[in-house]
Parts: sequence; C-alpha cells; structure tokens
Amino acid sequence: MSEPVLQVQGLVNRFGRQLVHDGLDMEVGQDEVFGIVGGSGAGKSVLLRSILGLQRPQAGVVRINGQDITRLSEAQLRPIKARYGVAFQQGALYSGLTVLQNVQLPMIEHLDLPAAARDELAILKIRLVGLPADAAVKYPAQLSGGMVKRAAIARALSLDPGLLFLDEPTSGLDPVSAAAFDDLVLYLQKQLKLTIVMITHDLDSIFRTCNRVGVIVNRRMESDTLERIVDHPDPWIQAYFHGERARARLAGAAHGA
Amino acid sequence: MALEVSRTAAGLQLDLTGEWGMREFAALEEQLAALELNQGQKVQIVTQRLTSLELSGAWALRQFLGRARAAGATVNFQGAPPDQLRLLEETLKESEAPASAASPAAAAPSVETEALVTIGRHAVSAGQDLVQGLAFVGRTVTTFLGSIGSAQRLRPISVARHVYDTGITAVPIVALIAFLISVIIAYMSAQQLRGLGVDIYVVDLVTIGVLRELGVLLTSIIVAGRSGSSFAAELGSMQLNEEVDALIATGVDPFEALVVPRVLGLVIALPLLTIVADLIGLLGGALLCRFLLDMPLSQYVHRVNEAISATTFWVGFMKAPVFAMLIALAGCYRGMQVRGSARELGRLVTVAVVQAIFFVILADALFAVLFMELNI
Repeated sequence: MSEPVLQVQGLVNRFGRQLVHDGLDMEVGQDEVFGIVGGSGAGKSVLLRSILGLQRPQAGVVRINGQDITRLSEAQLRPIKARYGVAFQQGALYSGLTVLQNVQLPMIEHLDLPAAARDELAILKIRLVGLPADAAVKYPAQLSGGMVKRAAIARALSLDPGLLFLDEPTSGLDPVSAAAFDDLVLYLQKQLKLTIVMITHDLDSIFRTCNRVGVIVNRRMESDTLERIVDHPDPWIQAYFHGERARARLAGAAHGA
Repeated sequence: MALEVSRTAAGLQLDLTGEWGMREFAALEEQLAALELNQGQKVQIVTQRLTSLELSGAWALRQFLGRARAAGATVNFQGAPPDQLRLLEETLKESEAPASAASPAAAAPSVETEALVTIGRHAVSAGQDLVQGLAFVGRTVTTFLGSIGSAQRLRPISVARHVYDTGITAVPIVALIAFLISVIIAYMSAQQLRGLGVDIYVVDLVTIGVLRELGVLLTSIIVAGRSGSSFAAELGSMQLNEEVDALIATGVDPFEALVVPRVLGLVIALPLLTIVADLIGLLGGALLCRFLLDMPLSQYVHRVNEAISATTFWVGFMKAPVFAMLIALAGCYRGMQVRGSARELGRLVTVAVVQAIFFVILADALFAVLFMELNI
C-alpha cells in the first residue's frame, strides 16, 4: 500500500477527568472508504474534530497526506484544509447564503477565480451530487433534509479535494433516500477517485459503501476490512454486527453474494 | 507550464502536463483561451504526461473542446479521451435546459419602476409589520389575562429567573451610570449657578432631574441594550433551533411559556432598578455637593426635601413599568419573528434594540406632555 492518506497514532483526548481516547491508532489508505463506528459517546465526533484540527489532542499524531497537523499553525493548516472536504452531520450550510454561494465560498476563500468560472464550477458540483439546477438559488432553509446533505457534499467537493469526511451522512434520511445517498457516495468515490472517511451508525450504509471499518472500543480503535471486522471477538463489535438489527442485514448480504 | 503547444505537419499538438486542478484553473483557462483555432484545423491532444486531471481541469478542457468544435476545428485525443470528460457529460446532460433558467435577471426592470417597486414593498411591509406587532401585543395581553389566577400558568419560576437576569445582574452597571450622570449634572449646573450666587439650586436640579427623568430613562436605555437584545437573541435562536415549534407541538403556548414571563419579569425588574438608580443618583449629587461646593450633608438632605414635591418620585417611577413593557415586547416580538438564517437573527436583534430605545424615548416625550397638561 502506498503512503496512507490519513494516519492517526497514539491519539489521547481527555476532558477533565473523562478520558475519551487513550492511544487510538487509525490509518486510511488511498481510495478507501473507511467507516468509523462506535457507541454513542465513544468519541467518534471528538476523533473527527481532532483530525480536522478543530480540537488539539492531549497527545498523539494526526497526519494528513504525511503532514502532522497537530504541530502546524492555523496559517500552515490552510493549504492542507483546501485539500480535504467535510460534510457535517446537519449540513452546517451557511444559512444566509444560497446553495450556490455556499459551494462558492471555499473557492472565494482559497482561490482567485473569475466569477464566471466560479459559477460554472459551482453549478457543476451541485449537479454532480444530484441536486436539480434550481436548487442552486435556494437558501438552506428551503431545502429538504436530503437536499441539505447533498448540498453539504457539493460544498465539501468545492475545491476538488482528494479526501472527503462525512459525518453521519445518512442519519435522518428515509431508507430509500439513504440508499440513494450511499450510491452517490460510491459513485463520487469511483468517479473522482476520492478517499472517504465517514462516521456512521447505519449498518446498511457500512455494508454498501465501506471497504474498511474502524470500531472505537475501550478508547482505542479496532480496524480491519469489513469482511474480517465482523468476526472480531470484542463483545461490543459482536453485538453491533450480530445483534438483532444486523442479523437480517448479514443474511441479506449472504444472499446477494 | 501545464500546457505545451507544438505545431506539427498535421496541425496543433497540445501536450497536457502536470496537475490540472482547482489551483491551476485560472492559468489553464487563460492559456487555453489564448490558443487560436481555425476552420478545418486539426488539434491533437496528448494526455500521457498528465499527473492528475481534477474535475475543474476537465471542465476547462471541455470548454476548450466546445470552442474548438464551434470554430470548426477537429480535435483528436492520442489514446482514449480522459474519463473525467465522460463524467462531465454524464453529469451535465441530464438537465442542460434548467441551467439557463436558473441564471438570474431574465429581464431587468428599469430604474424608475424598480424605485417605485422598492417604495411600495417597504410601505406594504411597514403596514404589515404594524398589524403583526399589534397582534403580538394583543396576544401577549390576552395570554396574560387568561393565565391570571393560575400560579402554574403564570410560571413564577420563569418570571423569577427573568427578574434576576434582567434586574439583579444589571444593578452594578445601572448604579454606575446613575452615579456618573448625577455627577455630570451637578458639576455642569454648579459651574453655571455659581456665577449667579445661587449654587444651592444645584441640589434642586440634580434631585428633580434624576427622580423625574434621568433615573428611569437611562436605566431603561441600558436595559433595552442589555435585556431587549438578549430576549430577541434567545427567542430568535430558539426559533432557528425549532425549539419554539417543539413547544407548540407539545401543546405549550409559546406566549405563555416564553413571552409573558419575560414581559412580567422586566415589568417587575425595571421599577426596582429605577429605585436603585434614583438612590445612587442622589448619592452622587450629595458627594459632589459635599466636595465641590463644600455643602454639608445635612444641608443637602434638607434642600432635597424642599425641592421635591409629593409627586416628583412617582412621576419618574410610574414610567418604569410602561418602559419595561415596551422593551420586553419589542425584544420578544423581533425574536419570535426570526426565520431561517443566522443573518436574520442578527438583523432582528438590532431592530429590537433600536425600536426598544425609540419607543422608550417616544413614550417619555408623551409622558412629559401629559404631566405638563396635568400640572404635575
């Protein structure tokens, strides 16, 4: 395997007396779709925030494309941030801007492009995520939940990143929309050769999209390929992949295969 | 250089090299636009030395291909055309038509009509605002009247919280401002009156000024800035968070749970703050008279007693609940109006504070005229 796109080593996060991560390791390679799984309160969001530089960990190393972001200043982080995109759970679209302006904002901040090119490229991204063209002039409050999620991805893709972070991309969507959304993620991954890191609870989504999965248990991460992680002996992982909800899915997957 | 151009016997040969992405986009477009294309010209594109072709780079290439086709040139790729071009076609073919519909300003109206339209819009929205504002006041009053007599529906705990937030915590700043203002009045008037040899009247000016007008007015303006804005911001972000909708869905009247307790809380707190401001104001006057005019404290107190009539304090004090109601209603009304976006929240908080202060001063002017007519 070539150099990992994202590498986390010995991550420690502590809030007061509460230890969230204690020596967490994680590695994501080129073109992988890596799913982060964990119980509520296991520290999935804290992990993502540490990776994105929204929060400095107490110890540990976070390397994105080989550079340790925990040691960089805000100014040094800027070019690195331009090379990955993030779609937050609730979309986090800027409510005072239209979808088009939302998608253009990273371009305006990072690049000096003529306005016409900016419009065209932004429209292209909006179409790419499967939004109708008239959604471009709408404000986030006028969009449905599914459209907000798609618009968030369009904004995350604004700068043609190679690495995409998705925080619970299918939460709050109906099963049909969620499946369509998984297809979109796969399509984008294949077409744009993206590396995708996604936090998710959705088993369907994991089985459809992820090729490697990291489970946060006991403040560390157990990661492996999807086929092998389901057989991991840890009781939480067993309960997660072989519980009531998962069994039907596994049976279905066996049928399909 | 991301583009190498060479002329061969067959025509133009374009060597695409390096990275074609967002960061190179502006330069790429410029280089591609600089190429001259003629009818019947042959263009050969070589992509082997391209290290990466991102979507934006592919877009620039696609624009160029379109231009070449329009100019009548023939374009060939050495080897297969890049995958990204196919992706672009796939993405764009689905709905080429609505794209043009999405582009704004189909037929821009003339400046004159636009001006008229703007004036008309503002007039209509001002009228609607007035009606809705009155409806808001009406609903607050009826909700309040409806919940009188029921301790639970009046929400005493919530009211107490607002008395604390808007009243108790405001005591230091209100006291400080009242002190400074009375010092300013005393100082200014002492300078003028000393020339006439009647500097004893400084006491009258401070006493009447603070008790009748300034104590309550300044307190109200501070409270409008502090609590009017916090009411609007609090209710506004609850609106954005759908918390107000959640209340309604639970069967709780947001006027009863949110608006009335705030209004009541401020109607209780502002008069109390006014008393604090009056006391501190008189104290400030006393200090200045003692040290600037060498007036003994007993004389100051005596003079204060002579200066005030039975109504002086009450004339100022009774304005406080009215001002409180105006401030709380303006803050709550604007807060409840917030919809959709963070920008709207900021705008309406500003409107709330500006209108609260405006209404307070307007009401003060009306009171002044009223008291004059009543000879008090």
